[in-house]
Amino acid sequence: MSKYVIVGASAAGIGAVEAIREVDPVGTITVISEEQCPQYSRPMISDLVSGKADFHKMMCREDKFWENNQVQALTGRTALHLDLTDKFVALDKGDHINYEKLLIATGGRPFVPKIEGSDKDGVFTFTTVSDAEHLAAKLETAKTAVVIGAGLIGISVTEALVKRGIKVTLVELQDKILSLLLDAKGSDIVENVIKKAGVNIVTGQSVQRITGKPENDQVVGGVVLTKGEQMTCDAVIVAIGVVPRTELVTGTTVKTNRGIIVDNTMRTNVPDVYASGDVAEAYDFVLDQNRLLPLWPLAVLEGKVAGYNMAGKKTDYEGGTNMSALKYFGVPIVSIGIANPKDDAAYETLVMHEPERNLYKKLVLKDNVIVGMTLVNDIQKAGILFHLMKNRVNVKKIKQQLLNEDFGIATLPHSLRKKVYPGEID
Amino acid sequence: MKRIIAKQEFCMGCGLCEVYCTVQHSKTKDIVKAYNSENPKPVSRIRVEMNKPVSFAIQCRHCEDAPCVTACLSGAMRKDEETGLVTHDPEKCMGCWTCIMVCPYGAIKIDVDGKVVAKCDQCAGLDVPACVANCPNGALVCKEVKP
Repeated sequence: MSKYVIVGASAAGIGAVEAIREVDPVGTITVISEEQCPQYSRPMISDLVSGKADFHKMMCREDKFWENNQVQALTGRTALHLDLTDKFVALDKGDHINYEKLLIATGGRPFVPKIEGSDKDGVFTFTTVSDAEHLAAKLETAKTAVVIGAGLIGISVTEALVKRGIKVTLVELQDKILSLLLDAKGSDIVENVIKKAGVNIVTGQSVQRITGKPENDQVVGGVVLTKGEQMTCDAVIVAIGVVPRTELVTGTTVKTNRGIIVDNTMRTNVPDVYASGDVAEAYDFVLDQNRLLPLWPLAVLEGKVAGYNMAGKKTDYEGGTNMSALKYFGVPIVSIGIANPKDDAAYETLVMHEPERNLYKKLVLKDNVIVGMTLVNDIQKAGILFHLMKNRVNVKKIKQQLLNEDFGIATLPHSLRKKVYPGEID
Repeated sequence: MKRIIAKQEFCMGCGLCEVYCTVQHSKTKDIVKAYNSENPKPVSRIRVEMNKPVSFAIQCRHCEDAPCVTACLSGAMRKDEETGLVTHDPEKCMGCWTCIMVCPYGAIKIDVDGKVVAKCDQCAGLDVPACVANCPNGALVCKEVKP
């Protein structure tokens, strides 16, 4: 019997442990993780491959995080199924753990489409440290690689491979890279920088077939693209996206859509059962609806909210949105909310573009409230703009200053400043 | 914990806080060398905001529930339980800029080398932070506040 049981020990699990301990210093916590050393930063696995970070640097919490928080960490273990009536989690070796409050923070699993040859040696996914170690081992001998998918993970692994001297082809089904995050202009800027680093980018196509080496068909030797073009390579990295790992609640009364459905306290439809992170559909404050947003900072935040509520401190999730800061190939970018408004009439866009400086800034407004931003090469004021966005501040009076270099808190009229930044400036 | 408060009505926008912050976070801690021979020049962790006639200086507020700490991908940004300060460990920082994205004050900067971030540490080791000590008009004050 453990008062709190948390399945999954990455971002959301860590956030939940910290929140529970803030409220309840003594209640027993058990964490179940398939990984041996789970408190590492998954976004840092590309640094492990590139050689920029070692495993110790990747630890996003102290080495004794679990001990220090008096958590029984069951690492290298798998939660097999749930019994919501008798309130227990069944584990791989046949044991059961009863809970009072349960958090499902099982995350996502990389989506690997059915591609002929995807079972060959040399095909990788890229979300865990184990993936990164396998890929790094392959790079001892590999010289060329094909990365499928030009989203956050695909570009992150591409950069790591380039740093290791690997010749990379990046294949993206959409017409533009980073299409979920950037508009066409932002995407073009990143594409040019990546091409300059020597990467071959193919858009509007995917990989139709993975072929073997002439001397050993079981080992990756190349790919065939949708339009028939063939190329040789020593490794294929599939980075198309992640799907929520909802299998633990399959067959139970916990409601799911694409992910587990939660309310604004991160609770599922079942009392005492919560879900957070990549497995859950949490609130998006821009779209005003719940959806999958598999992003590390949001997972931590959602885990914290779940943890507070599980420990009895009523807390509402403020919501997140599609938001990422990028550092790829030395170009700082922040993208938040709507990048490509579909119905132009309802939205207003403010743009500043100085190609000679590779500077591009764009704000998307709806009814004078910021609902989207793309900042390329000047991200210093991103957080102030995000603060205005999150608080749905009417920016009608300061619209013309928002993208200026000297925009800041002082730009806000006095009354608004007092309201949005209470008590900070005398 | 200590907090640095900006007194808007006393700020002349002279920018000396930025200068002394830069010097304090330089290798040599010497104003001439920091500006003339240190290459790259260290960044100031305080920013004077100007919208005439309004001006004030702002730096990390060491927030109680700091968004940068929650959002940090690498664990470099932490809240020190004892001092109440939000600390940043450049050895752990992966330079992902996520903290910059979520800081409501725009108080975190990309450091000179472009690899990690820099922000106010309230001048660790000094009794009075350099920006407060060198403000010529008392527009920055350091107050003890309840955490």
